[in-house]
Order: sequence, then structure tokens, then C-alpha cells
Amino acid sequence: MSQVTMTVNGKEMSGDAEGRTLLSQFLRETLGLTGTHVGCDTSQCGACVVHVDGVAVKACTMLAMEADGSDVATIEGQAAVDGTLNALQQAFQDHHGLQCGFCTPGMIMSAADLLKNNPQPTEAEVRHHLEGNICRCTGYHNIVKAILAASGQDVSSIAAE
Amino acid sequence: MPKDHGIGASPKRREDVRFLSGTGNYTDDIQVNGQAFVHFLRSDVAHANITSIDTSVASAMPGVLRIFTGADFEGVGGIPCGWQITDRHGEPMQEPAHPVLAQGKVRYVGDQIAAIVAETVEQARDAAEAIELDLEELPAIVDMKAALKEDAAKVHDDLTSNLCYDWGFVEENKPAVDAAFDAAAHVTTLELRNNRLVANPMEPRVAIGDFNRATGESTLYTTSQNPHVIRLLMGAFVLGIPEHKLRVVAPDVGGGFGTKIFHYAEEAFCTFAAKALNRAVKWTSTRAEAFISDAHGRDHVTKIELALDAENNFTAVRTDTYANMGAYLSTFAPSVPTWLHGTLMAGNYKTPLIYVNVKAVFTNTVPVDAYRGAGRPEATFQLERVIDKAARELGVDPIALRRQNFITEFPYETPVAVAYDTGDYHGTMDILEKMADLSGFEARRKESESRGKLRGLGVNCYIEACGIAPSNLVGQLGARAGLYESATVRVNATGGIVVMTGSHSHGQGHETSFPQVIAEMIGIDEDMVEIEHGDTSKAPMGMGTYGSRSIAVGGSAMVRATEKIIAKAKKIAAHLMEAADADIELSDGKFSVAGTDKSVAWGDVTLAAYVPHNYPLEDIEPGLEETAFYDPANFTYPSGAYACEVEVDPDTGKVTIENFNAADDFGNIINPMIVDGQVHGGIGQGIGQALLENAAYDENGQLLSASYMDYAMPRANDVPFYGVDHSSQTPCTHNPLGVKGCGEAGAIGSPPAVVNAVVDALRSGGHDIYHIDMPVSPSRVWQAMNG
Repeated sequence: MSQVTMTVNGKEMSGDAEGRTLLSQFLRETLGLTGTHVGCDTSQCGACVVHVDGVAVKACTMLAMEADGSDVATIEGQAAVDGTLNALQQAFQDHHGLQCGFCTPGMIMSAADLLKNNPQPTEAEVRHHLEGNICRCTGYHNIVKAILAASGQDVSSIAAE
Repeated sequence: MPKDHGIGASPKRREDVRFLSGTGNYTDDIQVNGQAFVHFLRSDVAHANITSIDTSVASAMPGVLRIFTGADFEGVGGIPCGWQITDRHGEPMQEPAHPVLAQGKVRYVGDQIAAIVAETVEQARDAAEAIELDLEELPAIVDMKAALKEDAAKVHDDLTSNLCYDWGFVEENKPAVDAAFDAAAHVTTLELRNNRLVANPMEPRVAIGDFNRATGESTLYTTSQNPHVIRLLMGAFVLGIPEHKLRVVAPDVGGGFGTKIFHYAEEAFCTFAAKALNRAVKWTSTRAEAFISDAHGRDHVTKIELALDAENNFTAVRTDTYANMGAYLSTFAPSVPTWLHGTLMAGNYKTPLIYVNVKAVFTNTVPVDAYRGAGRPEATFQLERVIDKAARELGVDPIALRRQNFITEFPYETPVAVAYDTGDYHGTMDILEKMADLSGFEARRKESESRGKLRGLGVNCYIEACGIAPSNLVGQLGARAGLYESATVRVNATGGIVVMTGSHSHGQGHETSFPQVIAEMIGIDEDMVEIEHGDTSKAPMGMGTYGSRSIAVGGSAMVRATEKIIAKAKKIAAHLMEAADADIELSDGKFSVAGTDKSVAWGDVTLAAYVPHNYPLEDIEPGLEETAFYDPANFTYPSGAYACEVEVDPDTGKVTIENFNAADDFGNIINPMIVDGQVHGGIGQGIGQALLENAAYDENGQLLSASYMDYAMPRANDVPFYGVDHSSQTPCTHNPLGVKGCGEAGAIGSPPAVVNAVVDALRSGGHDIYHIDMPVSPSRVWQAMNG
């Protein structure tokens, strides 16, 4: 066991980690940040996407120790302190971009990464970017629509919500 | 102008706020004080005798609290099956014992042999490696037809064969059906496989057992679609715990799709072990475990025949299906290929004679049970595929052939024992033809051909039976439970309402849509209504959510309870206004006396109910809380027409979905936004089945597609935007909301549309083919084109 310290959503947090402890596990079990979800064990589903030093990372592909000293952003830090959703979160609610909510944290963190690097993505770019995020509920329709809407594009011509 | 309130409006989902901000409460998020962790040692071979298990070294490993094996469960009940099928000879199905931990034999890859409870999950996993296990491998039974051969090895030695049941429906009709085939002008025959699928809700299953020695109460937190059903099955049949000493909580659940209906051994184990160890015991499935322990879906091998007369009227349908049960009978498994499948074989058509034969077979594979649609997708796929093949053989338009045979008068009694109350199949098809611009298809085909691509159009219909189900009927059919639903409506003194429903939301949005109904009935703001679900200590006994039953059955229970509330509130209002009960009207949250300007507000009445100073205490009790149990009079029958357009790359066989349109008739609709989302998701899963997904076993019973590296889940790139329309609305006639249910439609209606379209594309390229089995992968398409 070693102590690992990182800044999570702007707050310095520490905890013990084994060499094999994954970042996803550390966030959920040690720091109690259960918004980051684990949906697979082969780094395919993307439910655990967080940002480490500004880059989207599947938290199950990184050891907690590798994130020592890093700046980590998770779903818990996306809304304002008063609970107001950010523009991307709000677009997901407005366009019914989630159902069971389990893949949602990863979808939001992955989409935020896309929009940071490509503020006006095409539909095809959105779909391609989501290759590493699996949703079983929505058929992706409203997720893609929400991301396009969050980028400021007119989605009114896309079939009903 | 769309409504912004009540029934028919699309308020934003209130549950989204917690899901979008990482503050949901899924089962794995729950940490019970002092919890220990369990890891299951699972069989890595399909069929073997357990000759010895030595846990002595493993038990001494760091952190290990106790290792349980089958010996610890002797005398404990097995996992029960909830439905008994009677075969065509009047005999009950063969029903094997299903132990919590394997007793002497393992029967599929994933069968649980031992359970290691330790302080941490890592310690439990480490100790599992140190268990010394000797297995004597036996021949694996994988193929269903081989399993039924006389000399086949048996999955269960104490059964007479691997045949669970041989079901005929309707058995008395068989001679007439056979005669109709003899007299037919044309017979179309199609053999197909409905591919085995893994439901794959994104949240893996989790169970936490807890025990309170002081009260003697056990608590199970579990990822379930129906906590009361788990309480009943586990309490009564496995562990012998009465309901008042057993609480089952299913908090936020990350998708179900059927596979979280069933009672699983891990739930019983955690509850049992918590009491044995006086510690909470937690199990979190990995995805790898989910593939080999969650009940699978579909896996039917079918031959279907359609008889037509000289005018192309359908005269008879005859089917012969082998349905894989896997190694044990999961909770509802026997009902899926029978009552949820055979009764749908009329589809949308007035075929007068139908006979369905189903042989359910035990194999050394994961148990198979309901997956989104459950039996109805299997019925729809074979029927709509054989109709498409018939149209092509006869050289007639597939839509015209369907229209010619549509049922047009309702109610309609099918020859397979169900009575459709309402529907408008021509009207729904009209909507589809317009929204999908079918008249423009030939131009789009030419455009594709100009780019060297083959374009195909597939159209089909579906009918389903939802709102499961009338208890007396399902009792006759072998269900070992009732299928009513419950609701308690608790009105607080200041007028706010809490509804405790026995149905369960795991993505469907009950917390948003259920309040819309009450808001409409009383005329108050939706924000005054909260929905609670998923905790047996709060909600009355309910049967949960599956089979698109929540609003049709659970919503109806809520309506009935609210009607009782309103009736009582009117008596209170009448007393307050010194008027006759019969003169009181309720609208916009206000009680008024007909023909006068006298009124009292909703809140005045609710306050009087709890502060009954001026109150008709001689006539009615104080308080305002009512419970209703609603048992439906019939199934509901949503229907629809779907169109898929595909492009096929003739060089690679790759299929691309270009357009997908769905016209559905769900009866009345509470929240159109949520309904659209349900259809989108169902179509996504149906496209997944048609193009991508396959739970493939090798001849040794090893699951080859047992991770997301191998099992092809649909990704955003695999699907298009969908067109959905539910303006065709023929309300259900037998429930108070006129609703039919929408959860499964997309998954039922879409697979045949995709395959019909691929066949159409290939035929347009001059390939004389009628069928490709799902998943229609590039290699299968390429082989079909290149022989």
C-alpha cells in the first residue's frame, strides 16, 4: 500500500492504493466518488471515462498510482456548486440522452472531451468519437442529438426527441 | 401546441439530474458497514463431475472468512422456476433441481462451484486460485438436435432425457392445419435460427446480503427489475425466510432488458452468507462473469411454413421450434418459447389455422430466459420473414401481401387463444409508407447503384402482447404467481403526494411519467407528486417491470388508488362546503359545488383529512391514503409497421443501415419523449441482433463471445438516426388509461426489417437468395453473394 494524492474536481484528495488498484476503483471505493461507473473489464464500455490532466481517460485502464499528483475531473465536478447542470449535461436532459443513467457519466466526460477539441463536430464525428462508449438503452439517437445540440448546432430537423 | 403538463406532455425527466451529476445510487455504490466480499469460483468446463474440492489451503489465505461449497447448501432450497409448462401429452415439463452452489456436477461454463468470502474482493480472488478442484469432464451437450438423440449424454442424470417439454399449440388444431397445407395453392417454408443474445445492461449485476441479528431481519440489495418477486422466490423457496423478515431493495438499476427479472443464485448466496457470518456480504459481477452467469436470450431454431390459397390469402401457419433452455430452468424460461411466443403467431394477419410445436431442450450452456420482447421477437421474426419470402416466391409486393391479409375488425379472436382489443394496421402502414418515403425508394436505389452499392428495403409488421397479465389466465397457463400490480397513494396534510408503486424503473422514467397521470387526474402540479419504487419495505406487493407492463398495469393500479383518493376527498369537500357528495366536482386542483361559486382547494381538503376538526368522522376515517391492486382483464396489443433501408457493399458484404423508420400504435401515450426513447433503444437492440450480436458456443460448450472484445455490441457508428411516429393510436379498451406499453416494440419489430432489407438488396444484385441467418455479418453476406 502506498499513499496516492491527486486533485479531484479541484480538491486535493489522498488515499491508500495497492500497486494493482485501478484509478476507477480508487475513485469509487477509496474516495467514495461513485459517479464514475465500471461496466466492463476490457476497457470497452467507457462508463468510467474521467479526465486526467485535461485528457479523457478510461479510469479502468490506469493505475491509481499513475494518477498520483494529477488533476482529475469526474462527473461529480461537472455541475455548478448549486447543482446547475453545465451546458452538456443540460443538453442530455433536454434531449432525453439518457435512460438508466449507467453509461451517462462516461458519455458526458467523453463528449466534453470531443467538444473541447472539436467544438462543432459533425454527426459522423460524434458517432466516431463515441466508439469507446457503449449505451444499451438509447440506441444512441438522443445522445448524438444532445451532443450536437450542446455544440450549438440546430437539431430541430433531426427526428423527434 | 404540445401540452406542457399532465398526460401527453413531455416534461424533462427528473431522475436525470442525479444521473447526470454522478449522484445516482446504484447497488454497487452502496457500502454496508463491515461488508465482506464474495468471489465465486465458476466452472471453466461445460460438463463435469466434481470429484473433489479441497479448500483447506485457500481457507488459510489472508483475509478469507469462509469458503462455501455445495455441501454447505444441502437441505437449502434450490433456485425455483416460476412457470410450469404442460406438454402436448398432458404431462408436466421436466424440471431439474437448480442448486445455489453446484452439487457434485457442473453443467455449464460459469456454473458456480464455490464461494469465497473475504475481507476484500482481491483476497477472495486470490484464495480462489488456491482451491484444489478435481473435475472429471463429461461430453458437452451444446447442439439442441443432437441433445435429443437417443444416445445423447444427459445434462441432468435424474431426468429421462434432455427434453424439457414438447409443447403443441393448439394441439386439437393440428389435423385441420395439416389439411390446410395439403390443400394449399402455395406453401412457403423457411428454416432459420434466432440467434442467442446476451442482454448486457451496462450495469453488471450486484447483490449485497445483510443480516440484523437483533431483529432477525435479512436485507438484500440487488440489481433487480422486481424486488418483490425476488423476496417471494428467495424467501419462500430457497432460504425459508418469511416476507416480514426479508427486505429486498433494488435502488437505481442500470438497465435490465429482462435479464434482471430472474432470481439468481448469487442473491440467495449473499443473503444466506450474511446470516451465517453475521456480516454483510457483497458481490459485484465483472463483465466477464456477466457473460457466463446472466441469463441469455432467444436461441431458437425454427422451421416455419406458410400456406396460401390461389388468391394469396394466408390459410395456415405451422411452426416447429427447438428452444434452448440452457442447463437449468431460469425463472420464466419455460414461458418464453410457449405462451409468449405461440400466442403471437397470428401476427397482424387473419390466418385462420395455426399450429405451433416447441421442443425445449437442456444443454450445457448458460440458462436462457426472457430478453427484451421475450418470445414475441422470435414469433415476429419467423412470421415476417416467411411472409417476405412468400411475396418474393410469388412475385407480389410484400406490403400488398401483408395488407391483403391484415386483420381489420376488432375485437379479433385469433386461433392462438388471444383476443386483440384494438388496432389499425392499415392506418399504421399508411403512416409508415409516408414517413419512410417508400415511393422514393427506387430513386434512392438507383443512386446507390450508381455508387456500386446494393440498396434494399425491408418492411414488416409486428404485434405484441404486453401488460402482463390476467392472473387467472396465466395461472391456467402454468404461472406460479399472479401478475397484478399495486400502488399506494399517500396524500400528505399539505397536499403533496407520494406514490409507492410495485413496478420498478431501471431507465423507463417512472419518476417523471407516473406523476403526469396524477397531475392530470387531480389538476395539480407534477412537482407535488413523488414516486417511490424498488423497496419491499415501502411499496405494497407488486410484480415489477418487464413485458412493457409498468404503465399498463402499474399505472392502472395507480389510477385506481387515485380514484379512491378522489372519492374520499370529495366526501371531505362536501362536508366542508355543506353540500351533497354527488354535487362535488374536481378540476384544476379545486373542489367545487356544481352550479355554485363555492369551492375549496385541494390543500384545504388534504389538511382537513389530517386535522379533522371539521370533518365527517361519523362517516369516514381521517387520513388520505389508499392502495389498489390492479389485475388486468386482458393483455394489451401494441402493433406497428417498420421499414429499414440498407446499403450493402458487394465487395465486402458490409451492411449499412441508411434509414430506419418505425410507426407504432401504443394506444394513448403519457410522455411522448420517453416513448420515443424507448423505441429508439429497442431498435438499437434489434439492429444489434440483426447485424452484430451472437453468443456463440463451440462444440465443447465454451462461450466464444464472452467479452466486449468478441461480443459485438452496437456502437454509435453502427446505427443511424431513427424516424419514429406513434400518431396511430387505438386506445386499449380494458385499462383506465387506454395505454398499451412501448418498451419492447423496437426490439420486436426491427430484426425482420433489417434482414428483409438485406435480402432485398442482394436480390436486386441478382443473387437468388431468400434468407441469411442473424447476425447478418459481412462474412455471411459475402458468402451468400459468392456461394
